[in-house]
Amino acid sequence: MTMDLLSSLSLSTPELILAVGAMVLLMVGAYSRGNSSTAVTGLAVAILALAAVWILVAQAHGTAFAGAYVQDDFSVFMKVLTLAGSAFTLIMYVGFAKVERFDNFEYPVLVMLSTLGMMVMISANSLLALYLGFELQSLALYVVAAINRESARSSEAGLKYFVLGALGTGMMLYGISLTYGYTGSIDFAKVAAAVTGERQLGALFGLIFILAGLTFKISAVPFHMWTPDVYEGAPTPITAFFAVSPKVATMALILRVTMDAFAPAASEWQQIIVFISIASMVLGSFAAIGQRNFKRMMAYSSIGHMGFCLVGLAADSEAGIRGVVIYMLIYVAMTLGTFAFIIAMRRKEGQVERIDDLAGCASTNPWMATILTILLFSLAGIPPLAGFWAKWYVFLAAINSGLYALAVIGVLTSVVAAFYYLRIIKIMWFDETAGGFLPMAGELRFVFGLSGAFVLFYVLIGGPISTYAEAAARSFF
Amino acid sequence: MLHGLAAVFFYLFALVAIGSAFMVISARNPVHSVLFLILTFFNAAGLFLLAGAEFLALILLIVYVGAVMVLFLFVVMMLDVDFAELKTGALQYAPIGALVGLILVAELIVVTGGYIFEPKLLASAAQPIPDLLVRSNTAALGDIIYTDYIYYFQVAGMVLLVAMIGAIVLTLRHKAGVKRQSIPEQVARTPANAIEIKKVETGKGI
Repeated sequence: MTMDLLSSLSLSTPELILAVGAMVLLMVGAYSRGNSSTAVTGLAVAILALAAVWILVAQAHGTAFAGAYVQDDFSVFMKVLTLAGSAFTLIMYVGFAKVERFDNFEYPVLVMLSTLGMMVMISANSLLALYLGFELQSLALYVVAAINRESARSSEAGLKYFVLGALGTGMMLYGISLTYGYTGSIDFAKVAAAVTGERQLGALFGLIFILAGLTFKISAVPFHMWTPDVYEGAPTPITAFFAVSPKVATMALILRVTMDAFAPAASEWQQIIVFISIASMVLGSFAAIGQRNFKRMMAYSSIGHMGFCLVGLAADSEAGIRGVVIYMLIYVAMTLGTFAFIIAMRRKEGQVERIDDLAGCASTNPWMATILTILLFSLAGIPPLAGFWAKWYVFLAAINSGLYALAVIGVLTSVVAAFYYLRIIKIMWFDETAGGFLPMAGELRFVFGLSGAFVLFYVLIGGPISTYAEAAARSFF
Repeated sequence: MLHGLAAVFFYLFALVAIGSAFMVISARNPVHSVLFLILTFFNAAGLFLLAGAEFLALILLIVYVGAVMVLFLFVVMMLDVDFAELKTGALQYAPIGALVGLILVAELIVVTGGYIFEPKLLASAAQPIPDLLVRSNTAALGDIIYTDYIYYFQVAGMVLLVAMIGAIVLTLRHKAGVKRQSIPEQVARTPANAIEIKKVETGKGI
């Protein structure tokens, strides 16, 4: 027993690093009176980075805690991506907190605890671990959405997110209880074994409810209602966090549930995923056209991107999973860069976030405008930028699996979506200037430049990344 | 079957529990309702003890009586709600209430007595309850919570930590100018710095 526990603990060292680190930083913050926010944020970034490096160096594989926890190539890829997303959003938060006088050492701690929940989700190998990880992640997200108590909109965002999120969690829990009742186990492998035999309607009902709860978190249609309001209401660096890490972790969990626990019922969940995917792509591209607020537009853009990403899952093949993994990586890179720009949209009067405020930005801040243009071209999916390859992999997988209609709808909606990205480029380069922005803070410039470089030079580094993604996808087959 | 002293206590706890549960819904004063609810919980805890589930009994007392009921008392006392007015016409919902109660009873019978209808159920339990003479309830729970379920247990602990941090972050305000009691300061007061002596001129006042 003790040997077993020791090997389990050593396998889950990254989680332990995060948990202990978060508690230590909480103490550091609580006992250093005020002004500790920057130091705590820096330490939090260091601990997140340490966990990511540990995962990469150790490359430990196996299951732990009596099958509750699984670490494979897929976990490694997605965990490092999640940790990187959280760390970069924390870096973007430092300057914002200083300018907005937002001294809150609890924010980095909550981000760490939320990230811990995401890692539990990514490694989930039983329904109980799935639920606990999901709840740990969500609870921290609700709090950080409302963390700016001075702003009514932040409180509104937190409350909306909480009420709708609780509804989603409730549905998921109901689905878990149905699945457990009909399959007799919470273990993914045993659930899969139970679904293999005669199809049990009850277990499939359970799957539908679990998927409803999970797709809520990646804001896929029809569970997307909260997204624009929460994106707009929450402080911008926190919105960036919402847009990145939780989506990666939840997408990983959706893959685990569908490809592990319900793999034998693929023909059933495929229909659901195809529907959610089409609905998200269509809504994401059409609803974003009318938006005047950059953050709201990014909310619809993320809904659309989640739809594209699910195309890969619908394909239900190794190539499809590889597509999803690569898509999430590229989505994270593009989103981080775009949000770094939105945080930097600051004039002397204060923060602005309307799209019209970008007018003539190319003449006042040429470098910012150039990199944002690259990012927007990539979001629209124009070759040879990263966003094009993301879509290429998922659509290719869909066509190879014979889902022609899905692929065609995907390509058409991405043409529609290109309109609103290109409109921003037009406003930046060809409209009368509306007054430039203050120069970008150093840490934002770092994230922005890194993201721009990644997107621009993806063609050169795409090969090795694709190899890693392939290894990750192979974990399921 | 219960015999002797155990049977006497069983009927005592059960009767008081049912009687006080009835008083919860029929008492006029909401504070009395809450107090009767506490009495109900105490008797339910007694029943658990008789059944050998001492862990559940203590949890019931600590969590429900110690925390939830005190919270209820606070809410009842601090909110200005006219409970008498709320209760008028409550009787017209009695049929629906009875129906809900009936369904609940049926479900409870199925859940707790399912093994009588389907004897195989007992064998399919993931973790059968050990014989009370061999291992006490609390020890048996500890056996699995800290071994097989340690991961879940710890993650659940982190969830509670987040809930606590969240509640503090969202509600605690550091207001300037709040007067707080400082005992060392109070103790250190001397007549010299606490009293000011003024010479008052006759017939004038201060």
